Amino acid sequence: MWIYEKKLEYPVKIRTPNPKMAKVIITQYGGPDGELAASLRYLSQRFSMVTPEARATLNDIGTEELAHLEMIGTMVYQLVKGASIEDIKAAGLDPYYADHDRGVYPISAAGNPFTAAYIQSKGNPIVDLYENMAAEQKARATYEWLINLADDPDVLDPLKFLREREVVHFQRFGEALRIVQDYLDSRRQFVIPKPKDTE
Amino acid sequence: MDSNREELLKQLSALDFTIIELNLFLNTHPRDRNALMKYNTAVEQAKMLRMEYERRYGPLTAYYSTSSYPWQWICNPWPWHYSFNFRLAGEEC
Repeated sequence: MWIYEKKLEYPVKIRTPNPKMAKVIITQYGGPDGELAASLRYLSQRFSMVTPEARATLNDIGTEELAHLEMIGTMVYQLVKGASIEDIKAAGLDPYYADHDRGVYPISAAGNPFTAAYIQSKGNPIVDLYENMAAEQKARATYEWLINLADDPDVLDPLKFLREREVVHFQRFGEALRIVQDYLDSRRQFVIPKPKDTE
Repeated sequence: MDSNREELLKQLSALDFTIIELNLFLNTHPRDRNALMKYNTAVEQAKMLRMEYERRYGPLTAYYSTSSYPWQWICNPWPWHYSFNFRLAGEEC
């Protein structure tokens, strides 16, 4: 089960509203390579994962992704909180505003609502771990494009932290994949217990 | 899972559930002294039970729990394993 802790994994304090930035950063909330997709992907895959190492890795990275989802939600919230209607219109965020005002809703940068089609849980440990390594790289790339689009240090700082986490997760999934491959390649012996009366 | 472990986990789960119920109730009744007292008592009881469970059967979290060597967190069973609820626990680890 889960317990919520009332703090962010890494602080987010954006002093200047910027709805233009909110419009693109929201993609890490509900977009194809976002934190919601990441969390659901790993937490769903863990049930059929093999080896204690890989299982724990999925469980714990899936959990950390929820903390990242909260950070991204916080960023979007702070970026639109003080923005005027004029700013929102100028940023092209008015279609979003029409449906959600300044609420946080899981969509991609292009406005597509979140869908489970972004993730896969294939029931095969090798397939799932490759998917996850690709997912971490895609998320890293997304953070880099967002960093290219940002200029406010208050925005850049948490984005850089989140980018770093993608790199670490990729590393851990790579190690988990190697452990699973070794496990699946290992010879296994099936022993039939000796009947009691022959002892 | 041995019967002591199962029993201890059951007690802890019951207490944790009590805490969740009181938490939700208190969110909309923050001035209910009686509920607050029950909540505080349950939290203290759960703390002690959790310590006892972890001392005997290993970490419940990978955040607030310490571990003996080697890292015990990854050991089976996980909550979705049959063995978390029945015997034969730990054999997959």
